[in-house]
Amino acid sequence: MPDQAMVRAEQVWKSFGRLDVLKGIDFVVQPQQTVVLLGPSGGGKSTILRCINHLEKIDAGRLWVDGELMGYRQRGDVLHEMKTKDVARQRSKIGMVFQRFNLFPHRTALENVMEAPAYVKHVPRAEAERDAVALLGQVGLGEKLDSYPAQLSGGQQQRVAIARALALRPKVMLFDEPTSALDPELVGEVLDVMRQLARDGMTMIVVTHEIGFAREVADGVALIDGGVVVESGPPNEVLVDPKQERTKLFLSKVLA
Amino acid sequence: MSGIAPTAPAAPGNLERPRPIKAVPVRHWGRWVSAAILLFLAVALGWSLAHNPNVHWATIGEFLFKPLTLRGVVVTLEMTVIAMVIGVVGGTIIAVMRLSDNRVLSTVAWIYIWLFRGVPLLVQIILWGFLGALYPTLFVGIPFVGVVFAHGSTSSLIGAFTAAILALGLNEVAYAAELVRAGIISVDEGQSEAAYSIGMSSGLTMRRVVLPQAMRVIIPPMGNETITMLKMTSLVSVISGQDLLTTLQKVYAQNFQVIPLLIVASLWYLALTTVLTVGQHYLEKRFGRGFGQADSGTAERRALRRETRSA
Repeated sequence: MPDQAMVRAEQVWKSFGRLDVLKGIDFVVQPQQTVVLLGPSGGGKSTILRCINHLEKIDAGRLWVDGELMGYRQRGDVLHEMKTKDVARQRSKIGMVFQRFNLFPHRTALENVMEAPAYVKHVPRAEAERDAVALLGQVGLGEKLDSYPAQLSGGQQQRVAIARALALRPKVMLFDEPTSALDPELVGEVLDVMRQLARDGMTMIVVTHEIGFAREVADGVALIDGGVVVESGPPNEVLVDPKQERTKLFLSKVLA
Repeated sequence: MSGIAPTAPAAPGNLERPRPIKAVPVRHWGRWVSAAILLFLAVALGWSLAHNPNVHWATIGEFLFKPLTLRGVVVTLEMTVIAMVIGVVGGTIIAVMRLSDNRVLSTVAWIYIWLFRGVPLLVQIILWGFLGALYPTLFVGIPFVGVVFAHGSTSSLIGAFTAAILALGLNEVAYAAELVRAGIISVDEGQSEAAYSIGMSSGLTMRRVVLPQAMRVIIPPMGNETITMLKMTSLVSVISGQDLLTTLQKVYAQNFQVIPLLIVASLWYLALTTVLTVGQHYLEKRFGRGFGQADSGTAERRALRRETRSA
């Protein structure tokens, strides 16, 4: 069902062994929207992100990104698994930022950002380097091009990771608890970069516990618990006047 | 009396640094005594060797740099290097196969490791050396239909040196594969996921992200393997290889100078091991980039290079 939505999930189920982690997730993210997923740990938020870029295979349902079915080709009623090469091409349209940064420790900040353009897209080296320098400047790290990740603070590492994810000009960015591993005083610099991205019109799905960020930046908020979407809507409804008891309980604990 | 009493903060401008501590260090008398005893024993051993007529220092001097000895050293080095290249390249391939989702590849790799680790190296050397007894002729062609492009007798195609290389190299592949596999497993899962998330294929991820990091873990035991290989080459004496130890064994079989010639061999093996150890140190430094202490010069050099290029 190709359409205008950037990300569309229909009845997505996912289990690990006998544990059902997602039990029929439906949602739609329109282009240039920022959607924040809230909820307790183990509720399935991160799994949703990992299913969107096919790091996890879903067991049932359908997931489309930019009008393309993720990981499968549909011919008539039959689904054919995609070859890993085609999955890789689909993933290059989706940027992902991890809780633990996952920068390549043996490469400098600049090399981390250049990696995908230079070795996946085969962009000429000089051009890849110019773009990477610009991206690192954009996240405020123009002075740290030649630093190895171990020489950077957590906040700086996460900003390099954001620049790396942006390097292939993705259509959508996924953030998996991007500030949860940071010292409190470094959270702000990462959120600033994300705020600017949202303002520039990037489509973003953000898993976070930063309620303030959700209230300020998000176009939509969803509370995920027990593998289902408990409640979703604009932030000034879900965060200010939630309908569901579960949402009220969660917010009272997070905001306490 | 309360336990914690806040002291008044020092007035600004009164933050004079106190005098650094000067203390008499703890004296480790035991270390001095034990070092003295060991030094005495070492000198005594050295003196007894130097004055032992059975050592025949003259013979050692005579054979240490003889062309015959040097040829043996070269053969030993050649065998070590070629066998290790086969081992590392083949071992990496087998390790990646073993970790593959493809059941055919992983099973083949498992059987290879099982077979070549399970049969004693000495047996493998003899089998390769006497392959002619098993298959007198070898041919290149299509089996069973009688199409032959080239053929020859096994003994002329596979000499002692080739047989030695095959036996040592193919055996090393099995051990190297397990080392490389351990290295690959040691790299955090998040690294592959990050690589996949920027559209890298699994092959590219292995080559650009996982293996370079695995190298840090692989190099120390691989250095160990190389040093072991250096000495295992002496096993090829059973198929009359031309390596260092075999060459010198032939000499003492004739002149009965067993101890001096074994000392000559040991001196060479020690020297080669030292060179390999130094090489290992530099390899470890190269693949430790981004992990240990920062090389302060690198960042400036890179920045300079970029400026000169864009200018």
